[in-house]
Amino acid sequence: MNVATRNFGAPIRRNEDPRLLCGQALFVDDVELPGMLYAAFLRSNVAHARIRSIDVAAARARDGVVAVYTAEDLGAYWAPGPLLVPPPPIEGITFNQRTQVPLAKHKVRHVGEPLAVVLAQSRYLAEDALNDIAVELDPLPAVVDLEKALTGDARVHDDVRGNIAARVRQSRGDYAAARSRAKHVIARRFLYDHGASQPIETRGIVANWDARANQLTIWDTTQAPVFLRNGLAGMLGLSERQVRVIAPFVGGGFGPKIMLFYPEEVVIPWAARRHNRPIKWIEDRLEHFFATTHERGQTHDAEIALDADGRILGVKDVFLHDTGAYNPYGLTVPINSQCTLLGPYVIPSYDSTFTAVFTTKPIVTPYRGAGRQHGVFVIERLMDVAAHELKIDRVEIRRRNLIPPDAFPYNNEIIYQDFAPLAYDSGNYEPILDKALKMIGYETFIAEEQKKLRAQGRHVGVGVACYVEGTGIGPYEGAKVQVQANGKVSVATGIGTQGQGHFTSFAQIVADQLGVDVPDIDVVTGDTDQFYWGAGTFASRGAVVAGNAVNEAAKAVRQKILKLAAEHFECAEEDLEIGNGEVSVVGVPGQAIKLGALALKANPMRGAVKPGTEPGLESTQYFGPPSGATASGVHAMIVEVDPQTFTLDVLKYVVVHDCGTVINPLILAGQIHGGVAQGVGNAFYEQLVFDDDGQLLNASLADYLLPTALEVPHMDIAHTVTVSPLNPLGIKGAGEAGAIPVGPLFAQAIEDALGLRDRNVELNEIPLSPGRLFELTVKLR
Amino acid sequence: MNFRLTQPAILIDINPLNELAGVNNGAGERLRVGALTRYRNLERDPATAQHLPLIAEALPHIAHPQIRNRGTIGGNLAHADPASEMPAIVLTLGGRLRAQSAKGERWIDAADFFVGALTTALEPDEMLMEVELPKAPPRSGACFMEMSRRRGDFAIIGVACTVRLDDHGRCAEARIGLCNAGDGPVFATQAARSLAGRAIGKNEIAEAAKLVQSEIDPGGSIHASKEFQRHLAGVLTMRALTKAGERARGSA
Amino acid sequence: MHPITVTVNGTKYERQVEDRLLLSDFLRHDLLLAGTHVGCEHGVCGACTVIFDGAPVRSCLMFAAQTDGHRIETVEGLAVDRDHLHPLQQAMRDCHGLQCGYCTPGILMTMKVFLEETPNPDEAQIREALSGNLCRCTGYQHIVEAVKLAAERMRK
Repeated sequence: MNVATRNFGAPIRRNEDPRLLCGQALFVDDVELPGMLYAAFLRSNVAHARIRSIDVAAARARDGVVAVYTAEDLGAYWAPGPLLVPPPPIEGITFNQRTQVPLAKHKVRHVGEPLAVVLAQSRYLAEDALNDIAVELDPLPAVVDLEKALTGDARVHDDVRGNIAARVRQSRGDYAAARSRAKHVIARRFLYDHGASQPIETRGIVANWDARANQLTIWDTTQAPVFLRNGLAGMLGLSERQVRVIAPFVGGGFGPKIMLFYPEEVVIPWAARRHNRPIKWIEDRLEHFFATTHERGQTHDAEIALDADGRILGVKDVFLHDTGAYNPYGLTVPINSQCTLLGPYVIPSYDSTFTAVFTTKPIVTPYRGAGRQHGVFVIERLMDVAAHELKIDRVEIRRRNLIPPDAFPYNNEIIYQDFAPLAYDSGNYEPILDKALKMIGYETFIAEEQKKLRAQGRHVGVGVACYVEGTGIGPYEGAKVQVQANGKVSVATGIGTQGQGHFTSFAQIVADQLGVDVPDIDVVTGDTDQFYWGAGTFASRGAVVAGNAVNEAAKAVRQKILKLAAEHFECAEEDLEIGNGEVSVVGVPGQAIKLGALALKANPMRGAVKPGTEPGLESTQYFGPPSGATASGVHAMIVEVDPQTFTLDVLKYVVVHDCGTVINPLILAGQIHGGVAQGVGNAFYEQLVFDDDGQLLNASLADYLLPTALEVPHMDIAHTVTVSPLNPLGIKGAGEAGAIPVGPLFAQAIEDALGLRDRNVELNEIPLSPGRLFELTVKLR
Repeated sequence: MNFRLTQPAILIDINPLNELAGVNNGAGERLRVGALTRYRNLERDPATAQHLPLIAEALPHIAHPQIRNRGTIGGNLAHADPASEMPAIVLTLGGRLRAQSAKGERWIDAADFFVGALTTALEPDEMLMEVELPKAPPRSGACFMEMSRRRGDFAIIGVACTVRLDDHGRCAEARIGLCNAGDGPVFATQAARSLAGRAIGKNEIAEAAKLVQSEIDPGGSIHASKEFQRHLAGVLTMRALTKAGERARGSA
Repeated sequence: MHPITVTVNGTKYERQVEDRLLLSDFLRHDLLLAGTHVGCEHGVCGACTVIFDGAPVRSCLMFAAQTDGHRIETVEGLAVDRDHLHPLQQAMRDCHGLQCGYCTPGILMTMKVFLEETPNPDEAQIREALSGNLCRCTGYQHIVEAVKLAAERMRK
């Protein structure tokens, strides 16, 4: 029997919006409980120091202060956090695990590392008391520069020589041989700095220990509630069932809200249990710049070997990766850079080695793109340099190297972040490129418009950049679908949501299977008491992995509905149809039963039930893909640059994207818009600027420049659809795609606008800025 | 205060002093703007566009609507942020400011009022009451330009200039002020003087821009090096003077 | 402590407030009108925007004590109920103008006054008016479309 697809694929308005629009959606800081205490953390104001003493006596004595704790007070509870993602099984790997601690003991390793926590009757009073704490620190040299970190004497961790957090080499083919027969070998150094995610809601946590129920409830701005519950239960010596973690509405995440376990997430629940009172901590924006993880810089020394026609023979890349003071997230970010560099191109030989370096800066964990940007920048810029040196059009050289559609699945023979070989499941890249070129008007622009504009004295250029993105990785997600007695359907999954529209896209999947309207489907995410198992929302995996689990569960409920209805009507299941919230017998008017009534029948008060029958119309199913699905796309833009002030005006921006089957095009467009906006920020506005002492110089939203409505251009979006064979719905992830290729696109288009190629200026770094363009084009010339 | 960088023991809210708000546009050549006049009031007051074209042009660069709804002229001038637009404009226009204390009142010329970064000639017991500004005279043009990373951000460099022409179309008087070009708002005396009595032509403007670059002492920041600020000061001075000259020629 | 009488969404509240209590904290934690969100507490992000005597302002840059005798509108006062949204809210939903929804209350309050003053705005005006509100999710495009749509519907 066919399932009608009137919801799946439609631009349906979101179920969650009315609550959000009326100011009635619950965010963590909205949780108010009687007897609540408020926490504030004292944080290190230097990047690197030994702790001589912390005197909290005066703070403890202040009116309104209930308690002050340092690392010593935590006793046996004090321990370095777990390693969240162990290193992948790659031969010859070096990995030095050093994870963050709840409150600093002996040493501080970055500005903002917490030293003590104050609990008080109000946040105002708690912050007052921070001033009362006397800290004696013996400063140590900061470790800021990656190359100096490797050779200098200063060590972030006393027992880690050269501050080497990890070293990983991956290769395919024989690069040396490829190089020796290459007609052209081009080498460059690339710097790519990615910034902070800066969700408009900062992090926060409320913990409430109910001694009567022996139950700990946590409201947390986390992207991964199930892991948080499991970890906290273990740390606190509780059973998982005694801990309930709720990630309510979360005001944006973009990666850093996964990083388990932030010190505050370890300290606040402990204190709540100790005091038998609810405790709230809400990060302020200043804290957010230090206390929430970043992404940051990599330095790549890369070379590309090509034949006379511009076909790639091989790529070699050696890069340094700033992992910050600790490395709880393992190697996800640099492995992504290493893997994503390969892009949509046939690269027969690849030799890539990276060194992850400890520095005295905040921790680096994935932020939207998660290292993919860095890799894409390197390969896209290499293609641009090669095009210029070989005198081939930049689009043509890309086209020549695209993986052909008949080559899928395409195995890159190296290991990806999910520990599986990096294999592209499906793709068809050339039509994407062609569509983007058509939309941006590439040929006409190059042949006619640009010349005309130049003649008018205007500096306008075009850029085109390609990328692929590994999405939808495992391990698995689950979902429970349940028909309620009132005919509505409840869906619960273990992932959290931070604005991706799961309340709606998951409902769309269920709506078509069960013949119920989307508004009648109530989706619950991020409450560990509603759904027990799961991993979380990251790596563009929510729709792919949880979406398919929802689909499997809905299918199972559909079977139950048909079976029970067939018994009810004493007919064959084939004679039934589901729709409009009821099951009816085809061709027999009046023979219909509401789903709610059927649900009641499935849970009778009296009477014998056949063995093997489960009560209710519900099912819990899990889905785990064998490996990640590979999305792909092309961005193109036309930009005008003021050659004297170096300010930009993006005249046209085009995205063509292939993420397989689309559940809701409106939500998908929103994801891409938001990704591009963050990409624009990364390319030209946002940069975390540290001085030699490891101090962050722009820790405010006045100086860390998030793009506003005036900086983000209007975007035109189009799609192609190459379904993924790795999941029944054929979906690929889309959450990060918009953000990934914007850096190389800006570099290429600005070079073109200012005619920098002819002046032998290359823009081999991101972010760019007016000041940096001035230096590169005027001052250093 | 929200960052706890300043923690004043006493804070006086002057918002209820309605008599300090508003533009007093008399018949004379000068008008007065009360200290509690909000940016938004200036934006909406027809007198601004008519008599204070420099301010009218600068207002959209000042932060965002929500800030302009609350921010006051007096608060801004008394805060004296060197990157802020209004101090440079008041200095360029040659305004004067009225300060009052329990002992009495005094008028302070803008050139004496701005002492340095976040520092003014106001005594601890004095309060800024109003600022007096000359109305744009006939045969004059003004222009404000700034370069900032995003609209509404503090200027990396801002240039305010006015040009008044004589009956022969030559420059009778030029005035050039800059924001974020030194410890306080900077008045580019030599550059302004270099234009007096001359035509406002390409070469004269280029010469003035060069002088501006030598008269300023920008501090540099994470957003722009001193060199870039100086470069921008030259670029924007040329553009602003050109525009002001055109406007002066177009005005009656 | 200051005694204040303030009208919020048409309801008069009499409260004693501490000198340093921010208006944003007062609204959220004293009046339990938690729809007004706090994003930066230094006047940049615009999430905490409320309407003060008819003008959008940042509630993190005002003290509660300053509102004595004044009138405030917050996001809670926009719609009759969830089924009867303000045209601006409805357009935001129709155009997918919100994702995580955290910045949304501030944007609604800014845009409400903007549309009252500018009933027929073009895209450039909308973007300019929006520029004091940061959104990290949407890239603004759907918000711009929503404001256009709301303006169109409100003119009818």
